[in-house]
Amino acid sequence: MSADPTTVLAFETDCHIFSGCGFPAPSLWSFIFEPIVGDRHSDFYFNKPMLLALLSTVVVVGFFWMAFAKPKVVPGKLQMIGEAGYDFVRSGIVYQTMGKKDGEKYVPLMVSLFFFVWIMNLWSIVPLAQFPVTSIIAYPAALAAIVYVLWVSLTFKKHGFVGFFKNVTGYDKSLGAVLPLAMTIEFFSNLLVRPFTHAVRLFANMFAGHTLLVLFTIASWYLLNGIGIAYAGVSFVMVLVMTVFELFIQAVQAYVFVLLACTYVQGALAEHH
Amino acid sequence: MNVLVHLAAEEPQNPLIPPIPELVIGLIAFAIVFGILAKKLLPNINKVLDERREAIEGGIEKAEAAQTEAQDVLEQYKAQLAEARHEAARLRQEAQEQGAALIAEMRAEGQRQREEIIAAGHAQIEADRKQAAQALRQDVGTLATTLAGKLVGESLEDHARQSRVIDRFLDELESKAATKAEAGR
Repeated sequence: MSADPTTVLAFETDCHIFSGCGFPAPSLWSFIFEPIVGDRHSDFYFNKPMLLALLSTVVVVGFFWMAFAKPKVVPGKLQMIGEAGYDFVRSGIVYQTMGKKDGEKYVPLMVSLFFFVWIMNLWSIVPLAQFPVTSIIAYPAALAAIVYVLWVSLTFKKHGFVGFFKNVTGYDKSLGAVLPLAMTIEFFSNLLVRPFTHAVRLFANMFAGHTLLVLFTIASWYLLNGIGIAYAGVSFVMVLVMTVFELFIQAVQAYVFVLLACTYVQGALAEHH
Repeated sequence: MNVLVHLAAEEPQNPLIPPIPELVIGLIAFAIVFGILAKKLLPNINKVLDERREAIEGGIEKAEAAQTEAQDVLEQYKAQLAEARHEAARLRQEAQEQGAALIAEMRAEGQRQREEIIAAGHAQIEADRKQAAQALRQDVGTLATTLAGKLVGESLEDHARQSRVIDRFLDELESKAATKAEAGR
């Protein structure tokens, strides 16, 4: 078990087309890392995604520390960028969904979520890192769990037990005979499926994005033999295209994750669900 | 350890089941971000943003106040200017009226003086004429008496004075001349 990155490459490096070697397609093993410290099968280990998650913390805190630690009324460049990011989440997401009055309290959480998720996604295209932390379900799940606990407890606090039940089941008398069915569906949808989809939406997007990048990267290498070199060129262009596309998807998914979090909290605070 | 060996040895873990250690690390990593941002950095920047907003709003208020003041002063000036124009027009009108009155008055005065002077001249002439006539009458009487005395050889002076012959004679002459002049007109 070594930390040498070459040993965790998910494919054979001397395998090429026309050499009797099958295409070493990316698999789930592309998302499993040999730990840097400890044993993958035990409960105590430290691997590359963990390192990248902690580095995300360092990057986010470091950036905002440099931008906002000694803020000035007339901002410097870094503070201006920080303010733009802060205002994007605050005005663009939180105020839009929850309104200024209700939303103000949740701005720090949503700002933290957005930038943390974004940076974790961004590792996907950073050389040497080249792995989106959020493509490991544990990270989106942890964040989705925080949001879930928040909105469930808020709904209880705001509406009481009966109110909570009515809120999550979408209780509405005018539905008549369909009401029990609608309530059952809403109950499952809101309380059980929602946190799952919240986490999986982010996870699956980053998982798929990384798979595509790995696929085209492996293909570019695998095709480097004989006539295959021409295909390898196409494949490599796809690597570049997908990299740019991922850059876009990473931001969009961070945005969607926070937007949904805001919508859930807003739903918990609303009078009528 | 090679990945191919992995493939032979075991099934990879279900990617939808989160490994507990990574869940914990994820929570810790986010907790640090949230803690520092929520407790220190975002309140920091909020304070500054508020200050900036106040500064900008203060600036805008000041500018608005200045503009209002400028507007007021302008109105005031305009009002004053209009008043001044009005006043000037009024004064001009008044001066014209006064000038006309003055000219009329002076003309009347001149007329009156002229008439006065003419009247005075006439009176003077009349007086002179009367005086001259008086003196002439006396001289003519004296001369006639002296002449008659010389011719008669005795003084008729006292007698003549008493009888007033000469005067009557001259009066008759005068009245005749006057009736002639009346008839001649």
